Amino acid sequence: MSKLSAGMVKVVKKVRGGVHVSHSKNTAEIESVRIPTPQKVVIPMQMHIGAPCVPCVNVGDTVAVGQLVGDSTAYVSAPIHASVSGVVKAVGDIPLPNGNISKAVTIESDGEMRLYDGVKPPTVETREDLIKAVRDSGLVGLGGAGFPTHVKLNVPKGKIDTLIVNAAECEPYITVDYRECLENSWDILSSIKTIKELLEIPNVVIAVENNKPEAIKILSAIAAQEDEGKDEIRVMPLSSRYPQGAEKIMIQSATGRQVPPGKLPSDVGCIVMNVGSVAFIARYLKTGKPLVSRSLTVDGSAVKEPKNVRVPIGISIGEIIDFCGGFSEEPYKIITGGPMMGLAVTDTDLPILKQNNAILVFSEKEKLKNETECIHCGKCAAACPFSLQPTAIERYEKIKDVEALKKAGAMVCMECGSCAYSCPAGKPLVQVMRLAKKVIKEAGDKK
Amino acid sequence: MSDKKMLTASLSPHIKSPKTTTAIMLDVIVALIPSLVAAVFIFGYRALAVTGVTVGTCVISEYISRLVMKRRNTIGDLSAVVTGIILAFNLPSTIPLWMAAFGSLVAIVVVKQMFGGIGQNFVNPAIAARIILMVSFPTAMTASFPNAFAWKNETIDAITSATPLAALKSGGEIPAIRDMLLAKSGSLGEVCAVTLILGGVYLVIRRVISPVIPLFYVGTTAAIMLVYGAVKNENAVMFMLCQILGGGLLLGSIFMATDYATSPISFKGKIIFAIGCGVITSVIRLFGNSAEGVSFSIIIMNILVPHIDRLTTPRPFGTVKEKKHKKASDEKEATA
Repeated sequence: MSKLSAGMVKVVKKVRGGVHVSHSKNTAEIESVRIPTPQKVVIPMQMHIGAPCVPCVNVGDTVAVGQLVGDSTAYVSAPIHASVSGVVKAVGDIPLPNGNISKAVTIESDGEMRLYDGVKPPTVETREDLIKAVRDSGLVGLGGAGFPTHVKLNVPKGKIDTLIVNAAECEPYITVDYRECLENSWDILSSIKTIKELLEIPNVVIAVENNKPEAIKILSAIAAQEDEGKDEIRVMPLSSRYPQGAEKIMIQSATGRQVPPGKLPSDVGCIVMNVGSVAFIARYLKTGKPLVSRSLTVDGSAVKEPKNVRVPIGISIGEIIDFCGGFSEEPYKIITGGPMMGLAVTDTDLPILKQNNAILVFSEKEKLKNETECIHCGKCAAACPFSLQPTAIERYEKIKDVEALKKAGAMVCMECGSCAYSCPAGKPLVQVMRLAKKVIKEAGDKK
Repeated sequence: MSDKKMLTASLSPHIKSPKTTTAIMLDVIVALIPSLVAAVFIFGYRALAVTGVTVGTCVISEYISRLVMKRRNTIGDLSAVVTGIILAFNLPSTIPLWMAAFGSLVAIVVVKQMFGGIGQNFVNPAIAARIILMVSFPTAMTASFPNAFAWKNETIDAITSATPLAALKSGGEIPAIRDMLLAKSGSLGEVCAVTLILGGVYLVIRRVISPVIPLFYVGTTAAIMLVYGAVKNENAVMFMLCQILGGGLLLGSIFMATDYATSPISFKGKIIFAIGCGVITSVIRLFGNSAEGVSFSIIIMNILVPHIDRLTTPRPFGTVKEKKHKKASDEKEATA
């Protein structure tokens, strides 16, 4: 992208490394559809980073869409709402896709999707109003991490100079953010203007990979128009190289700043928000309907009809796959999230969480090759966007050398998987990184 | 859900680059084939026989050593084939076949497998084998380079001549640039510069090797030779070109100095390594007894690779240089 038209801005500082992954954006041109109301939903109390919520409904209670079913007094947490109307059938422990156990509220749907009486648009006039409204909406980062958005927005005035709206969508297959850009571009811009004004953030950068020219065109046109020539809201086309959408990489691309290890984006004056989260805020401010549904991409070689589906939170993975025509082949692996960082799940009964942006079903064809010996080619180090040397970290991990691991920057790793993707020997390098982090953490605990 | 088949759970990423070790080695073989064809044209079927013996011995000895060591067999990764071809390229086409087999055995069993197999050898197996052969059988290794196309001339038994580098050193007749580009006297695989460069370009395009090492290696050598030629009041450009095209520099810089296991990982490390190779090659060629210095320079730099790697480890993202000093001073304060 050499030509920049109105409403666009160039990348300030490129990040090294990364890998070329196949885009596989098979669902990009298919309009999102809404799934029929499921018979039941299982709503876990842990769908965010931070403290789990405590259920505030009991078995037998009648609930309506948008009614609070779980909340927490902890600061880093996000309330949870009923995604269907009906009767609470169970409140108990369930396993989550990541293997943890969480409390969950099971609601049997009455099929009416009756909206809760208390749902009404919030009055938002100040910064505090906005943060409170975002908390009440139960919004968490919809791009996959699930960090409570109100915590992200609650930084001292004047500390933030750049809001980065992440629409890079660098993971293969996933197209929800792209569809969001096309289908709800005005929501995105209206939300950006509200956040920008109330939080007094001078600059806004919407980052999109250049494999989505349509999204870049639409957003930059609207940005130029809404901005009234002030040039404060601009679209930044990124090269299509995984992992451009990673938070720290995006910050460097947009501002040239590096977030030091263990620090937050706000420490370098930035807030990074997923484009879906941004669009949701606009809808919430208009309707007052909390985060009870979301869009996700269903794709992969073993799904009959790949598409983007809008689903209620807590619906089972299996039901969504059935809605997409079921399996076209024997499923071998099911992933929530993208193929580079997503989580392989063991069971199709598991519920969809707020932060899940995709379900990918792979057949046996996608089985990975067995690990062979390291040939010392250095492709992993060349691919690492954070300049780490995975093979060196592997060596230190084997001998549990805590100091060497720290110095090699094992804690810096964001587990983007670029190293493991590029490894010709098929080494599970992300696993190595996690083990290395564990070695460091355990050494810290002992002290 | 009715079908309760067990799904596979594994850590991300769930997709991987199609470039496996075997695919990489296959690319290297493809890159070597034009030079092999050229060698057969220039030296006749004897070139093919030597290559056949080295490749065969390499693969068989790798298979047997893995078997004896009770380790998973690795001949499928094709790295032994690559070693075999490269070793053959380093031998004169007239070498007795048993010597070629002996060299292959040394390369695979002693240099590669005894140090742990693929990726673990600390020097390039083909170069180590070549050096051992050169020291053990100096006559067979250096005195009998046949003339290009001598095999086609049935009236005369393979006329041998000095390689361009030897001629340059002893003041003999230097062949024309065109001959050095296409066919000259020398080791089997170093005699056609054009096909070697072709192979190198292919490897760079396929992203098997980075062009850093060949460019800096050849560049350093060229710079030194130019200066030397100018100081000696010779035709400096001609002298430089003869140094670059006349010997094993292209073969060494493209196919041997870029060996993964024995070259540095980082960009900076690669530059240091390549410049080191260039300097040592030039020093040996200009001031040593031997006309050729590529093998020795690469093997010396191979040994330094772990140190180069350590010195050129890049700084992890977001960390700052001062931190290290600060930490050190903090510790000093704590102990004081």
